[in-house]
Amino acid sequence: MSILVNKNTRLLVSGLTGKNGTFHTEKAVEYGTTVVGGVTPGKGGATHLNLPVFDTIAEAVKKTGANANVIYVPAAIAADSILESIAAGLELVVCITEGIPVLDMLKVRRVLDAQTGPNRTRLIGPNCPGIITPGECKIGIMPGYIHMPGHIGVVSRSGTLTYEGVHQLTQLGLGQSTCVGIGGDPIKGMDFIDVLELFERDPDTHAVLMMGEIGGSSEEDAAAYIKKHMSKPVAAFIAGQTAPPGRRMGHAGAIIAGGKGTASDKIAALQAAGIAVAKTPAELGVTLKSVLK
Amino acid sequence: MNIHEYQAKELLRKKGLPVPIGKAALTVEEAEAAAAWVRSESGNPLVVVKAQIHAGGRGKGGGVKVTKTPQDCSAAISKILGMQLVTHQTGPEGKKVGRLLLEQGVDIAKEFYAAVVLDRQKGRLVLMVSTEGGMDIEEVAAHQPEKIFKAVIDPMVGFAPYQAREVAFALGLKSAGMEVVNAASKFFATLVRAYQELDCSLLEVNPLVLTKQGQLIALDAKVNFDDNALMRHPDLEELRDLEEEEPAETEAKKFDLSYVKLTGNIGCMVNGAGLAMSTMDIIRFYGGMPANFLDVGGGATAEKVTAAFKIITADPAVRGIFINIFGGIMKCDTIAKGVITAVKEVGLKVPLVVRLEGTNVELGKQILAESGLNVVAASDMADGAKKIVALAGQVAA
Repeated sequence: MSILVNKNTRLLVSGLTGKNGTFHTEKAVEYGTTVVGGVTPGKGGATHLNLPVFDTIAEAVKKTGANANVIYVPAAIAADSILESIAAGLELVVCITEGIPVLDMLKVRRVLDAQTGPNRTRLIGPNCPGIITPGECKIGIMPGYIHMPGHIGVVSRSGTLTYEGVHQLTQLGLGQSTCVGIGGDPIKGMDFIDVLELFERDPDTHAVLMMGEIGGSSEEDAAAYIKKHMSKPVAAFIAGQTAPPGRRMGHAGAIIAGGKGTASDKIAALQAAGIAVAKTPAELGVTLKSVLK
Repeated sequence: MNIHEYQAKELLRKKGLPVPIGKAALTVEEAEAAAAWVRSESGNPLVVVKAQIHAGGRGKGGGVKVTKTPQDCSAAISKILGMQLVTHQTGPEGKKVGRLLLEQGVDIAKEFYAAVVLDRQKGRLVLMVSTEGGMDIEEVAAHQPEKIFKAVIDPMVGFAPYQAREVAFALGLKSAGMEVVNAASKFFATLVRAYQELDCSLLEVNPLVLTKQGQLIALDAKVNFDDNALMRHPDLEELRDLEEEEPAETEAKKFDLSYVKLTGNIGCMVNGAGLAMSTMDIIRFYGGMPANFLDVGGGATAEKVTAAFKIITADPAVRGIFINIFGGIMKCDTIAKGVITAVKEVGLKVPLVVRLEGTNVELGKQILAESGLNVVAASDMADGAKKIVALAGQVAA
């Protein structure tokens, strides 16, 4: 078991014929992901990497039976690709693209919020590394080989810091059920709580490693959620203890604004909820190991 | 991106918001002429001289002066232009004032606060107003939250007229007459529209003033833009004041590097924002202080690594460099070659510790080991942080 993606996931690639789409689709196929086609408006009918290309996502879904889409298109048109994916009724959309304007994401968020029922679309990202269920399905830009199938759920706002955490787990012999990079933007799809809820329900996930960073209040919200609803042990880390206020640290969402969103506030909230917080990023794996029952 | 108050007011004026009569100036002569123009346009001898720097608290720092006569005004101009203005946001060294705004004086009856902000938790824009104008809004939120009123904006519906009326009534403007309520409603609707049309990340009017003549005026304005949206506003680029930006950060932008100057002495080069922040944190954990945040990005090339290396070594405070790379898409051998090219081109006068992990890590380590360069290899993040802190400590300041 796992969450969100597995060997039955049938993946489309928006922007398949572009440089990033091509590179990462090759890697995903090598890893064993079932990629069923690509979407590039105007190139419908063509074949790329032995995959059929379609003009629209709706047509691609109809012809291939896809249930997930990964987006590699440029920032100026990425929000539109997300909206198109939701309209096509896909279960999962993973948006890798970085740099989408906030006002565009507010519209996306509004459409996501308006969905009801069990078939609603879930969005991961944007500005994220993607999602992987080791040994089954890799969607995104993470290096596949550092992962190992197992029982630790990983959720993070970062890319390479996630790889760091996964690598440390694998070195300790702790495999992962699913690893989700929720992305570094201020307005996004799934947040910590949404992913934690799925990990709590997944019988194959035994513990969770959560990596947050400065900016916003998602980690504080997650701490309250964990305390109230989670039976599984959680270990955490917060990046940005040395970040100055008012400066954006790479990620659009990583900013301490008006004294809010500091690492120390987040660490305090997590600790108050009984969650083990790694003191340094070199101790992500061992901190998780220490909370295993 | 941040802009000056006078630029913000000019943008708001173009959007149809009432702002004081005013003009910016770079020299004493321009300032004198601007002051005379303001006096004749407003028909009032009162002129406010305002320092234009990208920082709040200018009034308390002595950067704003209300003058009643041309003589007072001239004295204020020569005092403020060129001064080193220190506020709670500039740091102790302050900022040199290179631009002034000369503005009409306004008879203030009451001050309010109005801003459009992004509520990340709700995923909505929010119009936030308060009866406590001219104050630090975070202070008001902490101690008098009942004096703040909010309208949450639905992106499908837009900012509705009833919402504008609700906040106008909440501010108690009815006591000044329904025409003031209506003017305020229009002001708030225009403010929200301006935020959306300009792709702001913050649009704050503090104070929003009701004059004794019953007029609403944006007496001060602060506008920040969403950097992700600047691509659709090429005209805003010319409002950028390079004097207000750290030269190393401007240089980094040219190479698409994300760099933030900090106050420590250990330079860092890392791939990925989260790992870059974590690297700064672990340096401090082991007793050092990072000189910068630097994310070379996921797909860094040898050119980018070289550019990053040059920017780090150009900082005279740097006593040591820590390169921490987790190679995914970016292969460790590519990074290793980039580092060697950079060191050969730029030279290396301080200790360099490199920690590589991920794709082609053995090849990367081998390339560095065989380069003949004085590079200290680290086995993991903690090892690297300990080594660079120790080595940087041995370098004489």
